[in-house]
Amino acid sequence: MKIDVRRNILEANQELALQNREFFQKNKVLVVNIMAAPGAGKTSTILKTVDLLRKKLRFLVIEGDIASRIDAEKMESRGIPVVQINTGHMCHLDANMIKGALSKFTYGADNILFIENVGNLVCPAEFSLGEGLNIVISSVPEGHDKPYKYPGVYLKADAVILNKMDTLGSIDFEKDSFYEGIKALHADLPIFEVSCKTGEGFTEWGEWLLGKYRENFPQTML
Amino acid sequence: MHELSVTEGLIKIIVDEAEKRNIRKISRINLVIGDLASIVDDSVQFYYDILSKGTAAEGAVLFFKRVAPAFACQQCHAVFEKKSYGYRCPECGGKSIILEKGQEFYIESIEVETDED
Ligand SMILES: Nc1nc2c(ncn2[C@@H]2O[C@H](COP(=O)(O)OP(=O)(O)OP(=O)(O)O)[C@@H](O)[C@H]2O)c(=O)[nH]1
Ligand SMILES: [Mg+2]
Ligand SMILES: [Zn+2]
Repeated sequence: MKIDVRRNILEANQELALQNREFFQKNKVLVVNIMAAPGAGKTSTILKTVDLLRKKLRFLVIEGDIASRIDAEKMESRGIPVVQINTGHMCHLDANMIKGALSKFTYGADNILFIENVGNLVCPAEFSLGEGLNIVISSVPEGHDKPYKYPGVYLKADAVILNKMDTLGSIDFEKDSFYEGIKALHADLPIFEVSCKTGEGFTEWGEWLLGKYRENFPQTML
Repeated sequence: MHELSVTEGLIKIIVDEAEKRNIRKISRINLVIGDLASIVDDSVQFYYDILSKGTAAEGAVLFFKRVAPAFACQQCHAVFEKKSYGYRCPECGGKSIILEKGQEFYIESIEVETDED
């Protein structure tokens, strides 16, 4: 005898993610989940964005790493409130880990919480955290084939940041192929070309992010 | 890479369904999994066999129905599954757009052996 079930295997995580989302909505926090390969520039991009917008918004950071507090210390040294989550053997953050970190922050009027997910282009894509935006950072030295090899993470993205544009001259990176791969998955996905080294492209990215904050919280005075 | 936590979630749901319906033994679990979901079938079955011991879910065979992502050619409108490196149409070489994402991740049904079977 066959019995219909129709239940999402990750339903427990989905439920917690929804609860987190309600909490963030209530506390006026736009949560930005940053997904990228190791070394793509997640920490550098967060730091640059905070520098750019910290007069307007309050920034909070959750660092997800298998081990170490290296990235968290970088945030602390600049006075950014940060919570480190060490996942041990786990390849991604999940909604339950985020739930455990929520109460460790205080929240102001307009907050952006960056979640630096574990460096990995596969697993983080499958676990919602309660985020408002999913951002994928690719970097030129990784090569242009990533949208073909890891479609799942790009399908989840609300925007892609293409980092390390300053290295374009010295690396064989076919930009057209990179764009074509992303457009096949997501015809109108915004792509921001930036360099954390030179600062190029950050004005556009910052404007977009600010716009997303206003979209999520129309009552803001920003 | 996260088969362990996925399998734990799966067993929780199966045990819950079994209790709700007073089922003592489940023989088969039918799953629908998109090809873009990063999970290895054999590895889930491996953890399943270990973690389900002593529950109503013990001994069930997992059946994975895989759903491939589908793309539509913007030039000739052919619909195709991604086979090679790119997302170009195998018919005409045109650029394509994804139609079906292949990200399914759910339990479709469970099967129970009854006397009539
Ligand atoms: N040339 C160049 N180097 C960069 C750029 N952005 C980051 N880097 C360097 O790339 C390395 C990795 O940057 P991180 O920001 O630590 O990258 P990450 O993604 O946070 O790395 P993990 O947390 O270890 O996964 C560092 O040495 C950075 O200085 C860039 O735009 N151009
Ligand atoms: Mg980092
Ligand atoms: Zn075609």
